[in-house]
Amino acid sequence: MNTELAGVIATFLLTVVLAIPLGKYIAKVFSGEKTLLDFLAPVERFIFRICGIDVNKQMTWKQHLLALLAINMLWFVYAFVMLLTQGSLFLNPDGNPSMSPDLSFNTAISFLVNCNLQHYSGETGLTYLTQLGVITFLQFVSAATGIAALVVVFNTMREQSKDGLGNFFDIFLKSLTRILIPISIVIATLLVISGTPSSFDGKDIVRTLEGETVQVSRGPAAGMIAIKHLGTNGGGWFGVNSAHPLENPNYFTNVVEMISQVLLPIALIFAMGYYIKRKKLAYVIFGVMTFGMLMFLIPTMIAETNGNPAIAKMGIDQSLGSMEGKEVRFGSQASAYWSIVTTVISTGSVNSMHDSSMPVSNTMQLLGMMTNAFYGGCGVGILNYYIFMIIAVFISGLMVGRTPEFLGRKIEAREMKIATIIALLHPFLILVGTAFSSYVFTKDTSVGWLNNPGYHGYSEMLYEYTSAAANNGSGMEGLGDNNWFWNISTGFVLILGRFLPIIGPVAIAGILANKKIIPESAGTLRTDTGIFGVMTYAVIMILAALAFFPALVLGPLSEYFTLYN
Amino acid sequence: MSSKENKSLFQKDLIVEALKQAFIKLHPKTMIKNPVMFTVEIGTFVMLIVCASVMFNNDGTQGSLVYNLFVFAVLFLTLLFANFAEAIAEARGKAQAESLRKTREETPAKLIAPVGELYVNEVQMISSSQLKKGDVFLCETGDIIPTDGEIIEGLATIDESAITGESAPVIRESGGDKSSVTGGTKVLSDKIKVRVTSEPGESFLDKMIALVEGASRQKTPNEIALTILLAGFTLVFIIVCVTLKPFADYAKAPITIAALISLFVCLIPTTIGGLLSAIGIAGMDRALRANVITKSGKAVETAGDIDVLLLDKTGTITIGNRKATKFYPATGISEEQLIEVSILSAISDETPEGKSIVELGEQRFSDKEEKFKSPKWIKDLKGNLKEQSETFHVFRFTAETRCSGIDIGDNKRIRKGATDSIRKIVETAGNSFPRELEMVVKQISSAGGTPLVVCENEKAIGVIELQDIIKPGIKERFDRLRKMGVKTVMVTGDNPLTAKYIAEKAGVDDYIAEAKPEDKMNYIKKEQQSGKLVAMMGDGTNDAPALAQADVGVAMNSGTQAAKEAGNMVDLDNDPTKLIEIVEIGKQLLITRGTLTTFSIANDVAKYFAIVPALFITSIPALQGLNIMNLKSPESAVLSAVIFNAIIIPILIPLALRGVEYKPIGASALLRRNLLIYGLGGVIVPFIGIKLIDMLVGLFF
Repeated sequence: MNTELAGVIATFLLTVVLAIPLGKYIAKVFSGEKTLLDFLAPVERFIFRICGIDVNKQMTWKQHLLALLAINMLWFVYAFVMLLTQGSLFLNPDGNPSMSPDLSFNTAISFLVNCNLQHYSGETGLTYLTQLGVITFLQFVSAATGIAALVVVFNTMREQSKDGLGNFFDIFLKSLTRILIPISIVIATLLVISGTPSSFDGKDIVRTLEGETVQVSRGPAAGMIAIKHLGTNGGGWFGVNSAHPLENPNYFTNVVEMISQVLLPIALIFAMGYYIKRKKLAYVIFGVMTFGMLMFLIPTMIAETNGNPAIAKMGIDQSLGSMEGKEVRFGSQASAYWSIVTTVISTGSVNSMHDSSMPVSNTMQLLGMMTNAFYGGCGVGILNYYIFMIIAVFISGLMVGRTPEFLGRKIEAREMKIATIIALLHPFLILVGTAFSSYVFTKDTSVGWLNNPGYHGYSEMLYEYTSAAANNGSGMEGLGDNNWFWNISTGFVLILGRFLPIIGPVAIAGILANKKIIPESAGTLRTDTGIFGVMTYAVIMILAALAFFPALVLGPLSEYFTLYN
Repeated sequence: MSSKENKSLFQKDLIVEALKQAFIKLHPKTMIKNPVMFTVEIGTFVMLIVCASVMFNNDGTQGSLVYNLFVFAVLFLTLLFANFAEAIAEARGKAQAESLRKTREETPAKLIAPVGELYVNEVQMISSSQLKKGDVFLCETGDIIPTDGEIIEGLATIDESAITGESAPVIRESGGDKSSVTGGTKVLSDKIKVRVTSEPGESFLDKMIALVEGASRQKTPNEIALTILLAGFTLVFIIVCVTLKPFADYAKAPITIAALISLFVCLIPTTIGGLLSAIGIAGMDRALRANVITKSGKAVETAGDIDVLLLDKTGTITIGNRKATKFYPATGISEEQLIEVSILSAISDETPEGKSIVELGEQRFSDKEEKFKSPKWIKDLKGNLKEQSETFHVFRFTAETRCSGIDIGDNKRIRKGATDSIRKIVETAGNSFPRELEMVVKQISSAGGTPLVVCENEKAIGVIELQDIIKPGIKERFDRLRKMGVKTVMVTGDNPLTAKYIAEKAGVDDYIAEAKPEDKMNYIKKEQQSGKLVAMMGDGTNDAPALAQADVGVAMNSGTQAAKEAGNMVDLDNDPTKLIEIVEIGKQLLITRGTLTTFSIANDVAKYFAIVPALFITSIPALQGLNIMNLKSPESAVLSAVIFNAIIIPILIPLALRGVEYKPIGASALLRRNLLIYGLGGVIVPFIGIKLIDMLVGLFF
């Protein structure tokens, strides 16, 4: 086994090892048990007193959603206005300009929905004020929103769900104070030690070995880079994201950043097991998600390690794997691993350029976002998986001859309607968006947003909408996307791709919670078995992945077959 | 109704009728009820237009006319196959209903008009169809009973074979739980007056006929939810296919309309879409073949979900009635004394238990002294009683007192009954209940017998042992139910010890001992409160509230009208274990839908690999690598896929009509099995099927 592969395996195992105790801790936080950070309780009480919020007031699922949407709406207006006027505000040492309205629209939404599609470059597109006050702020609260929505669903799955679904603001604030902020501090410290800047000074001027002077952008980046991964946000401080030497200085920070982005999605699965006291269910979900991730990771690793035959033909050595668009300090395998975790999880940060990935890798990255449920984003990943479980429960319930029930509650027409709509939404947004842009481009190639014609250009457009709909945020950056067409079209895809998949599962869970619990019998289909895991995996692959088969054929698969023919 | 015969699935006359219906059902108004097949119809229509345009103006972009006509023909066949599936299920239901309806043909009825033309209570001959609810008619030996009703006067033996297939005549009499008669059955002896209980056309049978014919069939909740899911799948593939056009334009890979529509039709779940309503109708039909009349499709589906099943002990778990097997006299009382008193107490008791006590008594005496050998002694006893008819008074058994007996003159009061009720009588009078009898009672009970304590003048003098005989094979049936996840509960008037013994011996999970009528109701309510679905069978009027409360209430056809009204199914065979079959029919119904949905969706994998490369292979030759089935040409690939998609429907019709077999092996094991057969099978079968068809079609295209 080579060292590169060993590094990847060690990184993944370390993630799981850390995620288990973290999951236990998260479960304790939300069930109100004693934890190490209880000394923060007075701070939280103080915040609630200022805001005039009564945290003991139990909310219905509708009230939860209302609170979630209202608070998000507020943040959107705030972020939009800030980005539009940043040029004339303080904390702008580099004198960067304000954003155009369509770009502010896109950026505000993109960070609000935990996607972090960046149609700008951080060095020149933002000021320190907006980097911190808008971008970093939204990275924290959007992650907390996802966790809060998930905890509401967990509450409905608890046996004593009649006790109420909790208070949205309570869950939301605890996600911040007890989980996101403390862990971010740890990660940021590790990054700062390794050389990531954390300073309010403007550009540094450096004299290179050749005697030239270069301006090096910097700023209070470490904290933002920590939450960018922990909250599965993915938007970088610098334009090239974690491929940038200051954002991700060395192999150690690379490991830290890879672990921190996968940490919460996995920990939340275990948290569910402890919280609703169904550990076996959590293990099955973890197993299916890990299997799903590996099914994307393994072909990618193989493709990247084997190198690019087209470049090999030019006489360039490919023994290190395909290194185009990759950083030498990480190597092809760690980059391949990153490119898959960042797409199966909705982080979207990159440490290599996906535009230069091998066609097989592009296919797998796209599939990671198309399924969007193998770990998935912070909180929302499990919500997506929940929808697939509902559909799997329904079909397999019929297959065993019993009205389908999930954790003792009957799945009926109303829940199926919601689940179907949400499952439909993802292919709808991606395919219709890509069809629209393909149509516009075919009509008038002078729009000029494609630098690569042919299959690869198509893949870039497909990738952009997939990334937007999955709230991922990465891109095949060959696409010229900072123009009104892409800013606005992806903006709408982002909103729909974020909020409907949150509303859907919470609504289903809320409706189910009001139903009578049917005690289990020998005829009841258990959802915490391996066979049900297989069923769920099949549903995800056939429903989510197969719908994209023709699109993938015209993009990366055509590229693949042409390359290897 | 010759339901027990094994009819072949396809009879010639049914096929002809179904074929005709398959065309009639093409009407868009009918098709739109099935969203999946409706989209296929639209696709077929578009292909018709494409064919026409190719015929008149072939610029070569849409492929040859023959190819387009072929695609059109196959799509059209797909529609016909789907319609045929539904039509054949309906035709079978109709045929089944027809044989039922024969029993309801016009028969003459002897209406008793309260105020007739000439006299009061005049008997008028009218046609059965003119009978209204509330009318009273007369039936005499040899008459066919014109319609459903309840006997208000008289007793008759009735041949119900027309309905149940059971040739042994049954006795029906007014008052009590066997007062109901069914139209179409024949009176073999005696004379009864019957009150009509339903308006013409609204009897259970009429309702059931409408159900199996598909006319009044409403979609069940599960079916609605499944239709939503299938509509969702269809929508996804509409999106996939519509967006493919701009994608292909971008890739400069023109695609023909025929290929695009073929891809769409192959991807949407036509297999389950085409068979869905056939499965539903076939489920009703299977229930009817099991001689069960259901009031709605929903009831059958609910039966598949049942968690708890309430069964009466007598007649269900045990054969008929208990019999007296032994007398146990108390200390100081001779057996003869006890027997004499017992016979006295039982002599006017017409219940089977009572008769068996007299029988046993006679037998015991004949074994003993000469004096008792002649049956004359008993006759004398009866004679004496008759003579003293003014001086004795009989107490019948009621569920409340749970004892019966007789008072002779002023100084002989005899009671026999359940231990605790006799003990109450004894102890209320200030006497003590003998210890040794207590022991005997326990001993009998724990051996599964029923002790009947006899007391004379408030003094317990002995115990009669009654024994039950458990039906052979019943334990296996309960085991099967347990594996299905259904808990069985035995309801009995016996004391807890006896009940426990029989419950264990018969293999039921729980029992309600010393049950009063309201106990059933309370038990059902209790189980329902904890979220369970409860089924019960009943026949008596006092069962009616519980039948109504139960999620599935099966009334015996021989039961009272009230019981039949309250339940949601009627069992024509009066077979209490019929519920097991009903539960299986309900489960089969869901399983058939679920497995065929899985199969249908799993088929898509192969179809994608057949059609998608074919769509683009001319423009992107490298995609030959995706043609893993190595299909001959794009045309033959597309045709093979649609042909496979079409013929799989008729191939699966027998499965849809018969239903996928249910095996009580536990939910997870069942899922594993069905996922392997219909999921994995659904992935593999079309690869083989399409390849085989391609080898044939490839000869021409």
